[in-house]
Amino acid sequence: MYFETVAELLAMDGHGPYVWAAYGITFATLVWLVAQPLVAKRRQLRELRGFLRRTEGA
Amino acid sequence: MWAWFHKWSSPRWFYQLSGTLLPWLAVISLAALIVGVAWGLMFVPPDYKQGNSFRIIYIHVPAAAVAMAGYLLMATAGAISLIWRIKLADMVLKCAAPIGAALTFLALVTGAIWGKPTWGTWWVWDARITSVLVLFFLYIGIIALYEAFDNKEAAGRASAILALVGAVNIPIIYWSVEWWYSLHQPASISFTGESSIHPQMLRPLLLTITGFYCFFGWVLLLKVRNEILHRERSTRWVRDLILSR
Amino acid sequence: MSDPRIIWNVLLRRELLVSLRRRSEIANPLFFFLIVCALFPLGLGPSPALLAGMAPGILWIVALLAVLMASDGLFRSDYDDGTLEQVLLSPVPLYVTSLVKVLAHWLLSGLPLTLLSPLLAMMLQMPPQGIPALLASLALGTLVLSFIAAIGAALTVGLKRGGVLLSLLVLPLFVPALIFGSAAVQRAVLGMDSSAPLALLGAMAIMFVLVAPLAIAGALRVSHDQ
Repeated sequence: MYFETVAELLAMDGHGPYVWAAYGITFATLVWLVAQPLVAKRRQLRELRGFLRRTEGA
Repeated sequence: MWAWFHKWSSPRWFYQLSGTLLPWLAVISLAALIVGVAWGLMFVPPDYKQGNSFRIIYIHVPAAAVAMAGYLLMATAGAISLIWRIKLADMVLKCAAPIGAALTFLALVTGAIWGKPTWGTWWVWDARITSVLVLFFLYIGIIALYEAFDNKEAAGRASAILALVGAVNIPIIYWSVEWWYSLHQPASISFTGESSIHPQMLRPLLLTITGFYCFFGWVLLLKVRNEILHRERSTRWVRDLILSR
Repeated sequence: MSDPRIIWNVLLRRELLVSLRRRSEIANPLFFFLIVCALFPLGLGPSPALLAGMAPGILWIVALLAVLMASDGLFRSDYDDGTLEQVLLSPVPLYVTSLVKVLAHWLLSGLPLTLLSPLLAMMLQMPPQGIPALLASLALGTLVLSFIAAIGAALTVGLKRGGVLLSLLVLPLFVPALIFGSAAVQRAVLGMDSSAPLALLGAMAIMFVLVAPLAIAGALRVSHDQ
């Protein structure tokens, strides 16, 4: 461990805001990238079930 | 070889195979990213010139590398879709574009944030930044063209042509921007070259690069699988798959 | 229709005749070039030193936009009136037809633009030693730009709202031509040798004239099929 305390890790000798902002934006973007297809899949499965029920019923 | 090729290009086969591949990609990418980022943020000593701001390298460089590789993948898929009319390649092209654009955007944003403490300004018209910016515009063009068509088959072929034209132009763009920068080189900016990177700093970088590549593959597979389900929704195997759940 | 020269002459003459009947379509990009160049002194201030420094870049960017606007309708009338369908069915390879069409278009848009540029260069206070490089770079550059823009025009011809989309597709691909073209003029203005960027522009022109018609032909087929 390079940093002695959590406060030092957060401050990073004054570069903290930059480093943490960059990591925060990256984290948010990556989560959004994964969440999007997962949510889309759930919605799609629901729609497909309805579609199949309608076509089977006919 | 041809049998293999045809098997792979069948959406159904690909759906099954990607299903077994998916958890592995997810686990590898998450593990590599978590370990690499924690290592890079907490354990590596700071750069003697740039201080702690250099830690942004562990997300900036992988994002840029995968963004470029993503365009190459997209253009290859475009070529396959145009030559052999393989539907799967078409779907890969469509699904890779927004991921690549997002990663290019990340490379630009993290680069700008890194630039502020290092160069004292958010944006520099440096050769590499400018090339990545143009790459971002190329991605935007592909997405915009695909969305503009109502007929998705035509959309796929048109975007494939554009992706190929872009791929032919990328080396020319890259080289012309380098040349342009060498003409107008400002003396005040100096950037510590990658060649001087310490091996201790390099190891976590290799981890996060692996993590980003696997992440790209993971999200790409998720998106392509959704696309397959949507396009094959009236086939028997999709019906069986949905009803068996 | 066996002799390639006949095909060439017939096709080229047809394109030129059809375009010449619509005079305003030839004149409008030239007026666009003139008017936008006249806006720059109004926005930047009339200082001759400032304008002279920026003139090569201004002239090149405005010429690039004029080529983009002129190319928007390149295939539109052929697409709307069914000529494109006949062209696709004809025995002449689509590659040749596309090549001739864009060349004819360049003769009536890029070339006049190039010939008009010295006038605007003088209005923007550009030193006269830059004029030969300006003419050479715009002649080669507009040829490159026309062929790139034609790919975009062929891709978007079947779409209802093609205009802004065309610029999104094509402008990033204009970057190398802009860099080499404006650098050639800038170097000439400073009294330096500008043969290197001009040679690169020439190489690009040869490459795009030969390769772009492939993409244009493919794009026209897609637009027609949809």
